[in-house]
Amino acid sequence: MSFTGLRALLPKHDLRALLILAAIIIIVMPLFLDIFRLNLVGKYLTYAFVALGLVLCWGLGGILSLGQGVFFGLGGYCMAMFLKLEASSPEQTAIQSTPGIPDFMDWNQLTELPWFWEPFHSLSFTLLAVIAVPALFAFIIGVAMFKRRVGGVYFAIITQAIAAILTILIIGQQGYTGGVNGITDLRTLLGWDIRTNSAQYILYFINAILLFACLLAAQVIRKSKLGRLLVAMREREDRVRFSGYDVANFKIFVFCIAAVFSAIGGAMFTLQVGFMSPSFVGIVPSIEMVIYCAVGGRLSIFGAIYGTLLVNWAKTIFSESFPELWLFAMGALFIGVVMAFPNGLADLYQSYALPWLKKQRLRLPARLGGVKTPQKTTK
Amino acid sequence: MFSEYSMTELTSIFAMQGFAGLLLFSVFVLMALGLAIIFGQMGVINMAHGEFMILGAYVTYLTSLFFSNYLPSLFGGYFFVAMILAFIATFTLGAFVEWAMIRHLYKRPLDTLLATWGLSLILQQTYRTVFGAREVGVTLPDWLMGSYAITDLIEVPINGIFVMVLTLFITFCVYLLMQKSKLGKQTRAVVQNRAMAGAVGINTEKVDRYTFGIGCGIAGVAGSAFTMIGSTGPTSGQLYIVDTFLVVVFGGASNLLGTVAAAFTISQAQSTMEFFLSGSSAKVLTLLTVVIILMLRPQGLFTLKIRR
Repeated sequence: MSFTGLRALLPKHDLRALLILAAIIIIVMPLFLDIFRLNLVGKYLTYAFVALGLVLCWGLGGILSLGQGVFFGLGGYCMAMFLKLEASSPEQTAIQSTPGIPDFMDWNQLTELPWFWEPFHSLSFTLLAVIAVPALFAFIIGVAMFKRRVGGVYFAIITQAIAAILTILIIGQQGYTGGVNGITDLRTLLGWDIRTNSAQYILYFINAILLFACLLAAQVIRKSKLGRLLVAMREREDRVRFSGYDVANFKIFVFCIAAVFSAIGGAMFTLQVGFMSPSFVGIVPSIEMVIYCAVGGRLSIFGAIYGTLLVNWAKTIFSESFPELWLFAMGALFIGVVMAFPNGLADLYQSYALPWLKKQRLRLPARLGGVKTPQKTTK
Repeated sequence: MFSEYSMTELTSIFAMQGFAGLLLFSVFVLMALGLAIIFGQMGVINMAHGEFMILGAYVTYLTSLFFSNYLPSLFGGYFFVAMILAFIATFTLGAFVEWAMIRHLYKRPLDTLLATWGLSLILQQTYRTVFGAREVGVTLPDWLMGSYAITDLIEVPINGIFVMVLTLFITFCVYLLMQKSKLGKQTRAVVQNRAMAGAVGINTEKVDRYTFGIGCGIAGVAGSAFTMIGSTGPTSGQLYIVDTFLVVVFGGASNLLGTVAAAFTISQAQSTMEFFLSGSSAKVLTLLTVVIILMLRPQGLFTLKIRR
């Protein structure tokens, strides 16, 4: 890409925001946090993938999906199935009545691996499935809904119902999915122990790099004609349709992209945390993921990441010290963000912090001015 | 799958499952009626609807405690007092919520969804702090205990019959309220054309507040009835909220009759399948069917033909 193209893609303020975010995630966090906390941050960042998808889908496109946990879960489960199969080689599971199948299947009296588990012996198939399965699922939902012009509130309710259905299905089919405990006790990836400290550092950085790749992809979409069309559709769908665009196709596309982002997050979650369970699929986690995005700013891809980190950090702090207060805080956050700051932290920064910083810079003598480190980033 | 049962057994299985289905139907209808008013008429997504219902259940629980401690002679009739108190409590809270929150968000339905979800979290935690995390149940008065045997194999519990009768009664009242009363007519006028309704002298803000309050009040009465057949915990409301929304959407959001029909279909399908499949598969199959039908027919089963 030429320099001017790059400039158009990443204007000065976006580039600055990107560099600051990169500095925080890649340099500051690993330097100042011990591995336990860093692993937590890594876990939070996997939710940031979902929030990023929601910025595109909800912030730009106006399509609120309350089922992003479904895609997070599908990605995570695909990865977990591969890791579980590796962890249940015949030697390691010799004490079972049927060696070579995952332990929970043995507990549920299954005697052979179900057919849909078979391909997950292969890593390349798994990596493909992490992307393809959620994308296909999102495509089917998207075609069925958007082609028939179901949108807005109805779409939200139906995606929520799908999240509920998938959770009940996973919990009910214990022998095939591990039930309510999920798929646990994951150890190695191609013989590489993912539970050691060094592995967790490496996974953290892989996660960060993938996040920035998704961030750039989101930025490309945002700055492209597609991004502008999405905004136009959000504001006046009819006019876009009358201008000759097939609105449904754009919606399906952005919904699939959001699903793929979530799935990547889910797969990285499984790798970093070492298990996957239906508690990350259902209605409650799916709505929580929406609030990460809303707190950061539904229009800002950088804001969504800060929002995710902030809400999760607050959740950890609250649950460690005052567990009973957390739901109050969370509820207040939902109401407060929606009522008072519909565009989240990014908007606060834009309207208050940025003008204040500019004023400070003007006031400072020229030799000190120029270099500032804003706390929150721009849109 | 039918071969191992004899004909009479099959009949009684269907009758018993049908009765269980009717009970589920009553719960669905009770919850969905309030939602049909709030969502169907006003277009507001109230995710805290389940928590309003639970508030009604807790009010009933408190009333039953009060009666058994201070007025044991009148215990048989506490339920009717409790129902009225539950309505008043939830109506008041509902009207307050409308005033404080919902009225600022009428133009942003998706944001209402998030805000009311926040409200539901706060209410849940409040219940947990006040009443404890354990489920509580009320003591049924004597005349609701026991069951009524129709044949040797078919037996129906009396509290179940009572809840069904109550459901019919409440549905009838809601129908009268929406179709015949002044408030109902005003509500429908405001829904159809807010500006014109205002122009002919209807106080639209007041109508909104009462409508929302009544929707919540019906949820409270539903919660009150719910205590007759199940116990109440802080998160009981959340279990039903998605089903209820599906019922309302499936029935065609703005149609009370459709809501009742949808509740009937979904509950009967679910409870009949429950006997032959596991409970979770029956639920998955039912919900999936509903979702697929909604994808094919987004406007729901019954729709009013209104020019907008």
